[in-house]
Amino acid sequence: MSAGFAIRRGGDRDAMFRRRRRAAVLRGMLVALCVLYLAVLLLAPLAGVVWQALRPGWRVLGDTFTRSDVVHAFTLTAVIALITVAVTTAFGVVVAWVLVRQRFRGRAFLNALVDLPFALSPVTVGLACVLLFGRGGWFHDFFAARGIQIIFALPSMVLVTIFISVPFTIREVQPVLEEIGVEEEDAARTLGASVMQTFLRVTLPNIRWGLLYGIALSAARAIGEIGAVLVVSGLIQGRTETATLYIYRAMEERQTASAYVVALTLAGVSVLILAAIEWVKRKRTREDEA
Amino acid sequence: MSELIRVENLTKRFGDFEAVRDVTFTAEAGSITALLGPSGSGKSTVLRMIAGLETPTRGRIWLGQEEQTHTSVQERRVGFVFQHYALFRHLTVWQNVMFGLAVRRMSKRERRARVEELLELVQLGPFRDRYPDQLSGGQRQRVALARALAPRPNVLLLDEPFGALDARVRQDLRRWLDNLHRELGVTSLLVTHDQDEALELANRLVVMREGRIEQVGTPNEIYNEPATPFVAGFVGSANVLHGHVIDGHMEFGEHRVPIANDLADGIDARAFVRPHDVRVRAGGSGGGSGTARATVERIVTLGWLSRVVLRLGDGQAIVAELPSDELCDVGLGDVVAVDVRRALAFRASDVGRLAEFASVES
Amino acid sequence: MVSAARATGRRWSLSSRAAARLRHRSLRAAAVVYLGLMIALPAAVVIDEGFARGLSDLRDGLAYPGAAEAVWLTLATSTAAAVVNAVFGTIIAYVLVRFRFPGRRLLGALVDLPLAIPTLVTGVMLVALYGPASPIGRALEGAGIEVAFARLGILLALLVVTLPFVVRAVQPVLLELDPAEEEAAETLGASGWTTFRRIVLPAIRPAIAAGALLVFARSLGEFGSVVIVSGNITGRTLTAPVLIFQLASQFKPEQAAAVASVLFAISFGTVLITTRLARGRRGGQP
Repeated sequence: MSAGFAIRRGGDRDAMFRRRRRAAVLRGMLVALCVLYLAVLLLAPLAGVVWQALRPGWRVLGDTFTRSDVVHAFTLTAVIALITVAVTTAFGVVVAWVLVRQRFRGRAFLNALVDLPFALSPVTVGLACVLLFGRGGWFHDFFAARGIQIIFALPSMVLVTIFISVPFTIREVQPVLEEIGVEEEDAARTLGASVMQTFLRVTLPNIRWGLLYGIALSAARAIGEIGAVLVVSGLIQGRTETATLYIYRAMEERQTASAYVVALTLAGVSVLILAAIEWVKRKRTREDEA
Repeated sequence: MSELIRVENLTKRFGDFEAVRDVTFTAEAGSITALLGPSGSGKSTVLRMIAGLETPTRGRIWLGQEEQTHTSVQERRVGFVFQHYALFRHLTVWQNVMFGLAVRRMSKRERRARVEELLELVQLGPFRDRYPDQLSGGQRQRVALARALAPRPNVLLLDEPFGALDARVRQDLRRWLDNLHRELGVTSLLVTHDQDEALELANRLVVMREGRIEQVGTPNEIYNEPATPFVAGFVGSANVLHGHVIDGHMEFGEHRVPIANDLADGIDARAFVRPHDVRVRAGGSGGGSGTARATVERIVTLGWLSRVVLRLGDGQAIVAELPSDELCDVGLGDVVAVDVRRALAFRASDVGRLAEFASVES
Repeated sequence: MVSAARATGRRWSLSSRAAARLRHRSLRAAAVVYLGLMIALPAAVVIDEGFARGLSDLRDGLAYPGAAEAVWLTLATSTAAAVVNAVFGTIIAYVLVRFRFPGRRLLGALVDLPLAIPTLVTGVMLVALYGPASPIGRALEGAGIEVAFARLGILLALLVVTLPFVVRAVQPVLLELDPAEEEAAETLGASGWTTFRRIVLPAIRPAIAAGALLVFARSLGEFGSVVIVSGNITGRTLTAPVLIFQLASQFKPEQAAAVASVLFAISFGTVLITTRLARGRRGGQP
């Protein structure tokens, strides 16, 4: 009886260890699969860009960044991104507020409009701009008569970049506004705070992480825009060439060295923005848990 | 042997924290055993180890005649009922109950018959096509029971099954489970922090605290013969009085009460006195050496039962519970005669900071 | 807002209510004008111009050399990207939520990277590694696998750009799952795989679908990465968005608009379905 027990006991333990090992192996394989997938798609190509950019030697960095068209491209990108982020943040908060706190006919339609930029190819956006402001367009004569150049100039590039960046702030602030509810704002008002004060001192602090998240996403999107600006800019070197357009032209003209350097720079900026996003995420979860 | 569940030296450590320490007990076939204790006592962890949902750091588990310490959850074939039901929310009631039968070797007709049988048993036949979110808490728990019982497990494990329910529903389901168990006779292990539930339902109680067993016994034994101060205080309410032990009696102030357990003379002790073991008589005289005089400080009438707070000569307070009609002649501020029928004494050092469970100040 | 005024007993109650309403209205007007000008108007002009002359522009646009193939290629690669990222995205989400391993947080951050990287740079990255100027690219070509200037490159570009969508759709659902349900399944005899298949999968299926649809819609319009990697070879690796660009650059905006409208209709319909799915469904959800 006891001998039988002993054998059974031993058998049990072995089975358990085998089970455990199998589970661990499966886990390891799944993790390895994910790492492999990400390596093939992201890590290796990133390494590739670093390698190609620095292949001619560290000098190439200095050479590229001192070129006037490169400097101009970066400046233009920065300017467009700044204007875009400012506009989409300000209006984005307004729209998010209106959508969450107000009830009116057509609200669902307005809500659906916010998602529209996700459904449009950026070239279509550029095309729309051309159709509106280009020769034969709906608004062309109006602006031409006043000597204002839209297409092939900064205004059109800003407009299209704003278009594609519209949803980010709104979609990040909306759920936060819904979640926090009106109670705090009502309380502030009953205590005598004006609308502006309520907004600045109660609402804004509550939505700040969502807002920052939205700003980071729209900034990244604005910096990276290519399709729409390609259509409307006319690719006028030194005048309407953003960093991405510079890379596009440089690749076309086989000036791959500077193209890679500028691409690497933009990739570096995106990684920084990503780090900022992750930081915001972590702060947000930590605050939620507190 | 008719032992169906046997647990030996069960220990579970999570990192540095020892949740369960050296737990040993058995459960007879067909009985309901309750694991009773406050939250954090490790009782749920013990249950989960028996089910196979946790692996013990040390110790052994037998279900039936077979050692199951290292078998997988799936192989153990225990029925498990969770505190928050854990019903499969995307499946109907019927599909939920059917789930455990899918892996068994049965014909489709047999399976269907079995599910029908169980839905009848839990009286939820008409709800078979409903989804869990369309049911009340009590109904959900009955479905969970049906689901656990469908595969005819030898052992039924219940983890605070009524903890998430309203007091009234809890009472009803408690009675219902009692009947069910009488009918089915499945060996059951019930984890609860509700002592009324444990005392009402269980054949045997295992009282736990901070990972260890305090006492194992029948409800009667636990209630009337608590082995430790914790058990005395946790199960049933009790007055805690300071005093000394002299010659088999407990002396506090001018009061001398025979104690139910043995303690050496002269030591500092605490007496646990159940409120219903305290008799109150109007008029401050009469009675033997065990009778003390006390002043009535407060009377709380709870329907047919009343609770009286009395102040003894040495300043200690004692609470008595007695039928309200025995208090006709007693009013606030009166001096009355107090007789303590029974006291359990423990060493003062053992009692420590257990006052939170014991005192009955109302 | 009125109570404050009432509390002070002043006779502002009427005008402060009117002021509030005015404020509400003007905010709403600002929102409507902003969205109307920035979004509705451009969408409207594309549709209008594209079909102002009926279907003739659409026909001419599609008659452009390589146009029909371009549309077909776009649909095919977008579907493929949706399927592949649905599978891998689910696996990645599961691994991130259920497993603990060194570097887990880094992995999670990597998944978000495509949200920050310009699509053009993605294309450049893929060419840098898998193009003819790189040893790896040449080695692959020798083995018969062409990435740059080939359809595989397009698929890879789409996979990179849409990588986060399914992961981010599935992750929160996985986090919300009640582990007790899976434990219950195990006590009833279900193996690890059965538990996953019958308990976890049904719960995350809607999220996977929503994420996959988002991948599809996004891939339909992807330009920046594709234009660099594919080489835009007419009839072979030319996609619809690049076609629209070519039509627009050749001053055929109406034809471009027609093709763009069709593409837009497909992706907008997809986005609508996705948001409907995201708003929750029946099926026993608590």
